Amino acid sequence: MFSFFYFGTIIVLAAFLVVALRNPVYSVIALLIMFFHMAGLFITLHAEFLAAVQIIVYAGAILVLYLFVVMLLNLKRDDSYQRQLWLGVGLGGVALAEVISLVISAHLTVSPPLNEAGRLATSAQTAGVVAQGNTELIGALLYTKYLFPFELASLILLVAMIGAILLTKKGILEAKGDS
Amino acid sequence: MVPLSYYMMLSAIVFLTGLVGVLIRRNIIILLLSIELMLNATNINFVAFSYYLHDPAGQVFVFFALTVAAAEVAVGLAIILALYRGKATVNIEEFNLMKG
Amino acid sequence: MTYILIPLLPLVAFVVIGLLGHWIRERAHWIAVPAVVGSFLLSLHTLSDVVHGEPIRMTLYSWISSGSFQVNVGFYIDPLVAAMLLLVTVVSGLVHVYSIGYMDGERGYARFFSYMGLFTFSMIMLVMSDNFLQLYVFWEAVGLCSYLLIGHWYERKSAADAATKAFVVNRIGDFGFGLGVILVFAMFGTLQYEQVFAKAASHAGDTINFLGALGGDWPVHLLTLLCVLLFMGAVGKSAQVPLHVWLPDAMEGPTPISALIHAATMVTAGVFMVARFAPLYNLSPTAMGVVAVTGGVTAIFAATIALTQNDIKRVVAYSTVSQLGYMMMACGLGAYTAGMYHLLTHGAFKALLFLACGSVIIALHHEQDIRRMGGLKDTLPITYWTFVIGSLALAGFPLTAGFFSKDEILISAWSAGPLGKTLAVVGLATAFLTAFYSFRLVFVAFWGPSRLDPKQARHIHEPVVTMTVPLLVLAVLSIATGYLGIPGFLTPVLPGPPGLTPAHEGAAAWGIMGIATLMGLGGIALAYVFYVLKPVLPDRLVQQWNSLYAGSLNKWYVDELYDMAFVRPTIEAANDLWRWFDVRVIDGAVNGFAEAVALWSRTLRVIQSGEVQHYALAMALGAVVILGVYLLL
Repeated sequence: MFSFFYFGTIIVLAAFLVVALRNPVYSVIALLIMFFHMAGLFITLHAEFLAAVQIIVYAGAILVLYLFVVMLLNLKRDDSYQRQLWLGVGLGGVALAEVISLVISAHLTVSPPLNEAGRLATSAQTAGVVAQGNTELIGALLYTKYLFPFELASLILLVAMIGAILLTKKGILEAKGDS
Repeated sequence: MVPLSYYMMLSAIVFLTGLVGVLIRRNIIILLLSIELMLNATNINFVAFSYYLHDPAGQVFVFFALTVAAAEVAVGLAIILALYRGKATVNIEEFNLMKG
Repeated sequence: MTYILIPLLPLVAFVVIGLLGHWIRERAHWIAVPAVVGSFLLSLHTLSDVVHGEPIRMTLYSWISSGSFQVNVGFYIDPLVAAMLLLVTVVSGLVHVYSIGYMDGERGYARFFSYMGLFTFSMIMLVMSDNFLQLYVFWEAVGLCSYLLIGHWYERKSAADAATKAFVVNRIGDFGFGLGVILVFAMFGTLQYEQVFAKAASHAGDTINFLGALGGDWPVHLLTLLCVLLFMGAVGKSAQVPLHVWLPDAMEGPTPISALIHAATMVTAGVFMVARFAPLYNLSPTAMGVVAVTGGVTAIFAATIALTQNDIKRVVAYSTVSQLGYMMMACGLGAYTAGMYHLLTHGAFKALLFLACGSVIIALHHEQDIRRMGGLKDTLPITYWTFVIGSLALAGFPLTAGFFSKDEILISAWSAGPLGKTLAVVGLATAFLTAFYSFRLVFVAFWGPSRLDPKQARHIHEPVVTMTVPLLVLAVLSIATGYLGIPGFLTPVLPGPPGLTPAHEGAAAWGIMGIATLMGLGGIALAYVFYVLKPVLPDRLVQQWNSLYAGSLNKWYVDELYDMAFVRPTIEAANDLWRWFDVRVIDGAVNGFAEAVALWSRTLRVIQSGEVQHYALAMALGAVVILGVYLLL
């Protein structure tokens, strides 16, 4: 209980800071903080593998990439927000109200799973598989049931890599036909 | 343990924050960061549901969402670099060639 | 079967020459002439079929079948129709032959023969019709052919204008005619001649209250109304006053056309129509009076104009109008046979006169003013003598066909009551004028010293044989048709109104004949005096009666009156409509539409700002709205 509220609060705060801070580097750092606390949240939800992957991929790769670009472009502090600032915020507020009412009216009655001892069960236990942990569970699924999407994912990464290389190559987007 | 709806609200708040960020920031980099926020919010949702419904499929989906997010960031930043080369700015308001 | 061929042959000629005209060109007459000759031979055969009694009835095709409204395409051939068929085919055939010479070398040679075939077809179908609607259709068709042929030289503005004038004036009459046809159906429920005639007597007393819808009371005799409406068509087609104005202008067309259409056939369709509907007219004395008076007025009115005209064709044209007036007058007084008799003889000698004019015109290289002619009787002998025979027939010189038919009319008129007597006097006066102007034309154009350009005078010669042979044939017919016993042939099918028995014997008849002959000879003599013996007399008379002369020369200013009363206001109204309605309202609406579209697009363009975040906002807004709707409903 306590962990959820702690993580949740920091996540919300960090998200707000990402959007509100003027300096891009500060925004990235705020995002980093948010990622760490999300990983923590995942661990409380017994998704340890995902927590690790979150830190490694998001915090370790993606954010680093962002920081590289920010440094490369030597971005300074932004001037101001968009003209439609209040329109966007208003819209967000309305949407939030809608979602809250939606959630409340849904009357979700799903409760967390309990094992035989009446205490919270791990995902391994709920899956009913004699597994050694979350990682192996997901691994088993990935290579059997979700093999095809797994391969596709690798293809996506390949395409992204090629795309990124081509787009940043000098001369691609300038005069066509020459050079 | 907290009810599932709490996780849903958390996810919603983060998502909407990201959405508002897309709408109000002029810096393209921050725009992309806000999009990352949105993606992460859905990840929270998936994992919470996966836990409460006893189905690991949610976590597998998060895995893929993560992959796609990574690919998208790579390409997106490459595009931003190419744009910067053209116009020496990352102010999204400057890119309005489709006007009219 | 043979009866179908009579109209079919010219129609085939029209189609074939029309389609292949570009390749046939100056050989077009090889198709046209045999077709019309074939029709003529078949018409002779038809004559022998009907001469002994029963009329021929044939239904070709069920055209309209809509509930109780049934109209067929069919034929009804009785002696009247047979006589008309012969007239049409003979004159058409002779004019075809004549045209080979007259239109030689013209650019529109094939087109001319093609349209003449169409005209012959239409005219034949018109006379052979057995119902009102078919008559109306071919009535319009001959009007169309008249338009096409008057405007044959369409590059000339005067010709194109004349053709349009003919068509428009005809249309005015045809409007009344159309109303008449509708009224026939409303009254009798059928459009077949025989059925209508059979039912006519039982409707003799029917009246209709014109002001009924407005609560008033004005009973109008239905049959009179019907006959008058139908007569309106005849007024237009047969160039009676006041719709006579198109016929003189129609002289812009080639002379063979003037002979065929505006002398012998199309213009006689009106008289034919009145005679054909004799059973209806007999039941309405008022309508007959209208017809008779119109005819009489036309006869003398046109004769006064013909006195002073200087264009050779105009004189003959006004003479045609005058003679048509005679025929109408006869029909209006109940002497349908006399009217038709005169129609047939007139067809012969008027066609002759026109063709002879054409011969003169060709010989003089299209000179038409008689003041520039003279001395032609030695250089154009055949033309001269045939012209004289035609003029004698026209003037009613004893022993010519014209003499017999004109006498028939005058005698019948005299014995038709007080109105008839008045009109007979008018007719006699007209006879005098007719003789005078006919021979004025002869003496001025053919006698005396030549007033031509000397260079031209040396090259004058008779035209080719294809032009002179028809003249000779028509000259013979101008005399012979008086001896064919036509009245006896037609009287059985053209009953007069009850109570009219033209007195052919007796003092009155001989008296009329004598006076008429005197009028004719007197007119010829006076013309001789004026134009041969004492040429100064006409000029002195002109100076003395200057305004009368001017009035006559200017056709009594009828055209100018119409121009002021009808044409100008219509043009003004059209102009105003164009300026105020077409330009402002219609163009305004259309342009306004375009403007509205442009305005709308300018407004919508604001949304396309080119900024990604605006688009993103729109998407988010849409999603939120949908969510909201889902939640609320």
